[in-house]
Amino acid sequence: MTTNLNRQSKPTTNPYGHNTGPTVTDVPMTGAQALIRSLEAVGVEVIFGIPGGAILPAYDPLFDSTALRHILVRHEQGAGHAAEGYAQATGKVGVCMATSGPGATNLVTPIADAYMDSVPIVAITGQVATAAIGTDAFQEADIHGITMPITKHNFLVSSGEELPRIIAEAFHLASTGRPGPVLVDIPKDVLTSQTTFSWPPTLDLPGYRPTLNPHGKQIREAARLMLSSRRPVLYVGGGVLKARATAQLRRLAELTGIPVVTTLMARGAFPDSHPQHLGMPGMHGTVAAVYALQKADLLVALGTRFDDRVTGKLSSFAPDATVVHADIDPAEIGKNRQADVPIVGDARQVITELINAVEAELAAGKTTDLTGWWQQLNDIRRRYPLGWEEPADGTLAPQYVIKRLGEIVGTDAIYVAGVGQHQMWASQFITYDKPYTWINSGGLGTMGFAVPAAMGAKVGRPDTTVWAIDGDGCFQMTNQELATCALEGIPIKVAVINNGNLGMVRQWQTLFYDERYSQTDLGTHKHRIPDFVKLAEALGCVGMRCENASEVDRTIEAAQAIDDRPVVVDFVVGKDAMVWPMVPAGTSNDEIMFARGVRPIFDEDDV
Amino acid sequence: MSKHTLSVLVENKPGVLARVAGLFSRRGFNIDSLAVGETEHPGISRMTIVVNVEDSPLEQVTKQLNKLVNVLKIVELDPASSVQRELLLVKVRADLSTRSHVLETVQLFRAKVVDVAPDTVTIEATGTPDKLAALLRVLEPFGIKEMVQSGLVAVGRGPRSITSPILRSAS
Repeated sequence: MTTNLNRQSKPTTNPYGHNTGPTVTDVPMTGAQALIRSLEAVGVEVIFGIPGGAILPAYDPLFDSTALRHILVRHEQGAGHAAEGYAQATGKVGVCMATSGPGATNLVTPIADAYMDSVPIVAITGQVATAAIGTDAFQEADIHGITMPITKHNFLVSSGEELPRIIAEAFHLASTGRPGPVLVDIPKDVLTSQTTFSWPPTLDLPGYRPTLNPHGKQIREAARLMLSSRRPVLYVGGGVLKARATAQLRRLAELTGIPVVTTLMARGAFPDSHPQHLGMPGMHGTVAAVYALQKADLLVALGTRFDDRVTGKLSSFAPDATVVHADIDPAEIGKNRQADVPIVGDARQVITELINAVEAELAAGKTTDLTGWWQQLNDIRRRYPLGWEEPADGTLAPQYVIKRLGEIVGTDAIYVAGVGQHQMWASQFITYDKPYTWINSGGLGTMGFAVPAAMGAKVGRPDTTVWAIDGDGCFQMTNQELATCALEGIPIKVAVINNGNLGMVRQWQTLFYDERYSQTDLGTHKHRIPDFVKLAEALGCVGMRCENASEVDRTIEAAQAIDDRPVVVDFVVGKDAMVWPMVPAGTSNDEIMFARGVRPIFDEDDV
Repeated sequence: MSKHTLSVLVENKPGVLARVAGLFSRRGFNIDSLAVGETEHPGISRMTIVVNVEDSPLEQVTKQLNKLVNVLKIVELDPASSVQRELLLVKVRADLSTRSHVLETVQLFRAKVVDVAPDTVTIEATGTPDKLAALLRVLEPFGIKEMVQSGLVAVGRGPRSITSPILRSAS
């Protein structure tokens, strides 16, 4: 049988800027050389990684490559998160590399993180020699099996001839459709054996056909609903950023006058300072954004997945809303909430066609009047703005630090958060007016994300100021990458929002566990262990400390003035500050608390 | 809950069965039966998967399966418009006093005896799950010593093929 299953004949230049490389045929070389040549040919610029036994053959030709910059990290998890930060800051595929066994398993967390947040990364791992697979050999782990549930796809390479095709397929899969992580596991003998290298390879992915173009009938129905609904909301997710559709989103919003909410993964997709922006919805969203979703009669969900942190108790989420749900992944549509108008397609194409359809309706004389809806929303917005109470004990308010950081550093910088209270405050109190200026771990909620991801973002955008906003808990998980930053000339800045505790967990203990603070005191206040200033200095960074409000501006400005080394600022803040508003886990969004013990008053008659 | 028979065409590559089986378990779907084999095209394998789910989770599992890069096509086969068969091998106690009764049952169900020992016979039967269950009910009083069943395989009735459009559009 010679039937050809190939649908794609050649790798094309993908939206992430990877080129196809020069055409060559049957050049003899080792598998390791073929790997490096393939990575160069798909346009890789940077690899974050650590060598080890099984991947060692690949590091030899890498030593000679002028096109590839390898950044030697201190832990493979750092390599993975750096690849994620690089990918999210640049829109290109991030690459990380590790050896077999523990090297590969240390990549599991960032791979899972990239899977949850649809971040395009390619992970290259060494594997024990083919003959040793399955024998419990030294540093053997079945990383192909382990990562099956957390990758978009993965490969175990069986021969050097396959390498160029598999690398090209890995980058194609990672960057197209719904982006995601792809792992390529390469046995050591495949790297050391002689093979021949040809480029470009022919992709062999007959089962991979992402739908990019939306269905015209569904688009027209969505446009009709957008102009005929009385309380519509544009519910915008990270897919709009992935599709690079923020300009189109703004056009659609302004054309229709519909209010916009941006999820944690979509911060920056629509300017925070735009009058139509109600902020972030969800567990720690603004009252206005949560209210808008709950009272809406139409949700236009764009590149978003009705995550439980947004919907709260699903059965009472947006109970009166007709749902238009557009996503590039058909499996997201109807997964959590039934869609009345399902649209499968790339967000940029979907929004572009929605604009055309809305313009056609408007040209045909259709009008829309959202005055009443905006009156309600503006009233809620005015009555329940984001804010905080100054701590009664006179300690520094973490929200103040983060707000001033955003105001002083400005909207051109990239802000990268860890996970916890500081992440929510960084989402709430920094103004994101530009896309790709906010990077965080949303779906997996990976503590320790910030420092390595900021490192990756800074490598990808060296001319942009990159601030990691981290907690003292998160910072102690991955701060060793500051050594990498110091040695490799990656001058990131880190604001450690040091409240001495695992703050978000402590907040839940305050609210739901009767103030029984089991295992949340990190001792970073009480004992000042570690001393973050000394730690920063030991890692080759400038260390600073700020303990009261009057020093905040001066400290941030001093940190801003340093650009030849990484900077760590230990902001010693009060331990009792809490993230508000809050929808307690598992409850309805209608139960949103504006502050402790304060429920917003919604005038039901208005609706 | 209701049973659904899915025919899943997949690339014949290592690890595909693990991907499919893993997907079912991690998304919380139970597989009633699963059978895999090559198709008329050696590059394509066909899995017949029987799942017990409501319609809306079935749609979700189908969509998730479709996302697997090695999955080429999924078709749900309605029992009314498809031929569905399982294979049963069962070793039944059959001494001189009961053997003729056992053989009579074999004939009634159009099964066949594939092995004989002094005190047992081994019976091979194919049919729908209902028919095989009925056969087992009749054989049970004689004493079932051992049995093994294949997963269900199924093919649509009529002239159409679910594999040929794939091959046509691919070549």
